[in-house]
Amino acid sequence: MNESSDNLLRRRPRDSWFSRFQILGLVVLTLFAIIVKVYLPRIIPSTSWLELPLLLTVYFGLVYPNQIAALLFGAFVGLCEDSLAPANLHPIGMFGITKTLVGYFAASVSMRFNVENAFIRLVLCFFFYLFHALMYWLMRRALLDQNVPFDPQEILIYGALNSAVALPLFLLLDKMKVSGSRSAIL
Amino acid sequence: METILTRYRNLTVLLIVVVAQLLFLAYQVKANKDDRLIRVWAVSAVTPMAGGVDAVRHNTIGFLQDYFILLDVREQNRKLKAENDKLRMENIYFRNELANSADAHALMVFQAKTPSKTVAARVVGNSTVATAKAVFIDRGSTSGIEKGMAVVTPEGVVGKVIAVYPLVSQVLLVTDPTFKVGVESQKHHVHGILNCGIGHCIVEQVQDEDKLDVGEWFFTSGEDRLFPRGFPVGTVISSAPGAPGQGMRDVKLALSGQPGGAEAVLVVLEGVHQEIPSGPVMADVHVAPLPLPPGQKDGNAPSVEQVQTEADKIVGKYQALGKEENHVYGAVGSSVPDFNLRKTAPAAAAAPAAPVPQASTTTAVAPAPVAPQAPLPLGSPRRKTTSTEAPAPPSPQP
Repeated sequence: MNESSDNLLRRRPRDSWFSRFQILGLVVLTLFAIIVKVYLPRIIPSTSWLELPLLLTVYFGLVYPNQIAALLFGAFVGLCEDSLAPANLHPIGMFGITKTLVGYFAASVSMRFNVENAFIRLVLCFFFYLFHALMYWLMRRALLDQNVPFDPQEILIYGALNSAVALPLFLLLDKMKVSGSRSAIL
Repeated sequence: METILTRYRNLTVLLIVVVAQLLFLAYQVKANKDDRLIRVWAVSAVTPMAGGVDAVRHNTIGFLQDYFILLDVREQNRKLKAENDKLRMENIYFRNELANSADAHALMVFQAKTPSKTVAARVVGNSTVATAKAVFIDRGSTSGIEKGMAVVTPEGVVGKVIAVYPLVSQVLLVTDPTFKVGVESQKHHVHGILNCGIGHCIVEQVQDEDKLDVGEWFFTSGEDRLFPRGFPVGTVISSAPGAPGQGMRDVKLALSGQPGGAEAVLVVLEGVHQEIPSGPVMADVHVAPLPLPPGQKDGNAPSVEQVQTEADKIVGKYQALGKEENHVYGAVGSSVPDFNLRKTAPAAAAAPAAPVPQASTTTAVAPAPVAPQAPLPLGSPRRKTTSTEAPAPPSPQP
């Protein structure tokens, strides 16, 4: 019996179901994050700064240190967001490209740092928010020739707020992941 | 080559995905059209859920609100009845005023109807781009909505439809930086372009020579081929000469509606141009009640109790009877009144609530049959709910 056959024997039959469950959960979470982004400002107008899709992309990149999976997930989230934006102002691909890069870099960072640490998560979320905002602004100016205002103070405040939201959100997602895996194994 | 691709597999995939999106972006910008299929899928997946969330919110929070409101509904009902009686009296005053008034403008304002065909819709969500002022409404192509249609509220303009899906549509608000509306002032007929994309609303392209008063109304001019002419837009806050050498006036405007905060809107399916009203706009109409009859002071003004309903008449009749027989209702030891006793003429005249059948005052005291009210014209702003202001427009009278 060689090594590969050993691996095959060792693999639990429920692993495939578990991964499918995770993918389904991610799709539902993505939809939820986008709905929150679309709908929450209608109820509470002062929550337009909340970037749940971005936080979800960062979380996925940090938890799954697989760059390809993370960039594809970022592209999926970004394209979903693009689809709900006004077509004349925002062609499909603006958020897609930005979040693809965010997902890729988040996965790259997770290979080098201990991303379970809360402080590191806080800093990374802040950094990725700034990166996302700057990248998006640059693309709108350079690719679409749109004169969009850039307010560094506002970006910094929103970045800090999103980082503050990210900490409990990531803990919650960690718990969901653990409970999900347990239920799958059982 | 193969070794390089294998070694830098992740980076290669990243480049492929980014370049593919860039190319798609370039295609959209170049061809000025996007992939509708992706948008239809995304919108169809997300907006029904947003609508569901909205429905849940209405049915849960709304139910709780209703419960707490109903706690003091009896007291509120009593107050409302009193207020209703008062308003009915004011309505009678107003009808007399309208019937006798030679001011045809006020009548024209009330009689004006919008010929535009509209459909009502509810706002269910915002756009994902914070800088883009766009919202989703719960009506789509199945309701006859098409791209480019104007969206209004009775208070003012809201925006235009920029994307239509089967069940929802996307509306770009007038507060978006890219949105401009052709407007015309009411009094001096100054034409300009409304721009609300800079944090506040201004009217551009107004010459320095043009005259504008503060508080003057602006209406849609219809020149933008989007909004039919005659919809209210807002009032002038300030009007000052612009920078020297430019020859343009700085005109700031306060929108009469709230495009971003509107919960329900009207989509204009078939717009028909209207005349800009020359008289006062509905919100500004102030009709003073008739002066008091000679010799009557404020304290003697007709009270709410004088309103003649059937119940009022019966109460008045029994009160007169009681007074005639020196009976105090509810008092201990008071004799039983004879309700079959016929009233004498002076007693009837003394009854406080008895109607006075005079030709000149009948319409003012008796509750005149209320004719079916004509609906408010679409283009007219809602009146303020103060007691001195005009009530709903009456039906045209011969």
